Amino acid sequence: MVALQILIDGFAISSLYGLGAVGFTLMFGVSGVLNLSHGGIMVVAAVCGWLAAGDLGLGVYGGTLVGVIAGMACAYATYFVVVRPIQRSRAIPQEETEIFLLTGTLLWGIMIQEAVAYLFTDNPVTTRPLISGVTSIAGVRTPQNEIMIAALCWLAIGLLWLLVNRTRAGKALLAASMNPRGLTLLGFELSNMYLLVWTIYGVLAGIAGVLLASFLGVSSANAGQLTASAFSIVVLGGLGSVSGSLVAAYLVGYLETVTAYLIAPTLRPIPALLLLVLVVYLRPQGLLGRR
Amino acid sequence: MLAQIFRSRPLWIGLGTAVIAALLPFWLSAYLLGVLTAAYYFGVFAMAWDLLFGFAGEVNFGPTFLIGLGAYTAAILDNQWGPPIPVCILAGAVVAVIGGLLLALPALRLRGPYFGLVTLVAVLLLQNAIVIFAGITGGEIGMTVPDVLSIDATVNYWYSLAFLVVCALILFGLSRSAIGLILQASGQDAIEAQALGFNVTKHKLAAFCISALFSGVAGAMLVFYMGTASVDTVIDISIGVQVIIAAVLGGRRTILGAVLGAVFLILATEFLRPLGQLNTFVVAAVALGVILFVPDGLLGYALRRGERE
Repeated sequence: MVALQILIDGFAISSLYGLGAVGFTLMFGVSGVLNLSHGGIMVVAAVCGWLAAGDLGLGVYGGTLVGVIAGMACAYATYFVVVRPIQRSRAIPQEETEIFLLTGTLLWGIMIQEAVAYLFTDNPVTTRPLISGVTSIAGVRTPQNEIMIAALCWLAIGLLWLLVNRTRAGKALLAASMNPRGLTLLGFELSNMYLLVWTIYGVLAGIAGVLLASFLGVSSANAGQLTASAFSIVVLGGLGSVSGSLVAAYLVGYLETVTAYLIAPTLRPIPALLLLVLVVYLRPQGLLGRR
Repeated sequence: MLAQIFRSRPLWIGLGTAVIAALLPFWLSAYLLGVLTAAYYFGVFAMAWDLLFGFAGEVNFGPTFLIGLGAYTAAILDNQWGPPIPVCILAGAVVAVIGGLLLALPALRLRGPYFGLVTLVAVLLLQNAIVIFAGITGGEIGMTVPDVLSIDATVNYWYSLAFLVVCALILFGLSRSAIGLILQASGQDAIEAQALGFNVTKHKLAAFCISALFSGVAGAMLVFYMGTASVDTVIDISIGVQVIIAAVLGGRRTILGAVLGAVFLILATEFLRPLGQLNTFVVAAVALGVILFVPDGLLGYALRRGERE
């Protein structure tokens, strides 16, 4: 009984983790940027969705849409205000761009977090479930919203797979992650690729933020925690590897759920952290990484 | 080599500033002195971080792992057995150095973001450990220590200033010595440094130990200044972020710039307090502005201007 409960609860949270991490890893693969304001963007999407659904009276679905758009807008702002100026700066030596990007996006994340807390709220926001009602799966009472969330996550991941593998722009994106110089030689504008990957990233982070708000609730204070969990999942799976991130998301999600159910809820994050240290130490490229 | 150190301009300007700073208690209120006292300890944190990042090239996202080890070791020791304060601080330093060695092990194998993540995880694990062993550590609430350095604000101020000056002299001298140059070389291109016959491993280990030593001692002293040790004041990731911001703001690879950055950061946070919730936002925005427009940091920029003239 408990086993089944863990299986179901873990699946929903793992899918959410996966969705949050896929955009993050895709962006690292294509443009080499680790965006430490990731959690901030998810929070913006969640809070905007909550505001639109409640105060503006757009309903749950309208709110979701507004949230996703807000996440995308915030991702664009991150790119144009922080990332691109650092990438193009002549005063920053090439080999130090990475640390500047990390520090810059970190600061930007803090700014987003504080701005949300100041302008809107620093209380946790919980949007109403997309669908209400409870079903019983083999005797385990499961909110239908949980099933819906897992389904939506996989729908988004599936669409991403189609986009990357079946469309011309997506294939170019894949090529950019393998060999950016080769792509420019073929006449593709690399900055367009960056714009595309930030768009995809923004949409994915937005969806993840909105869904998280309807599942567990999101508060601006969580931004750092959200970034850290996406970061660890992505490193665990291998930087730049989308399938690796998904595997890692389920590993972390289930490890946390099992710990919370069987040992103690307070120890929830610890086994995943230990696993992360172990993997990073024994296999620095991550589970399915290529570098 | 020594003569060269004594001829460098930042050192003399720094010493002059230190003399003026030592006289400040005659003018400033006890409140401001308190703020500056904390800022000076912060300056040591930032200098220790700069040695690892600016020179050894290691992205350490968890300076508070080393600081926290020193702080909590000293606090727990004082609380449980109550030996004299110097013994507690020494114990804190030893544990922090052991922590530094633990952190150095992965650093010798990992690069860039991977190592950064390990340091981040180290902080999270330490934080969790403190909450789990709440019986000894006071958990999330923190713990008070029975002993303090002094109850007089001026004496406390002089302690922290003296400590800062000693640390700055040692670290600055170190950064300008052959060791500093070798560290810088191995940070920028480890393979080439190795090809030139330098023992990169040994130097990196040394850098970790030194950074840990100063972080740990400063952390322990901060505890005995404030009279409390809590996760929010010495371990939380946001404290680590502040240390990093201070060092980058002041200028990487300058050591002394880190002090400047730390004092600026703490004073700015203090003076912006009337803004309420917005003050963190403004500080982060200023730091971001510096990174975008003056990537060399305040002191780095001043030094570069000085060279050009």
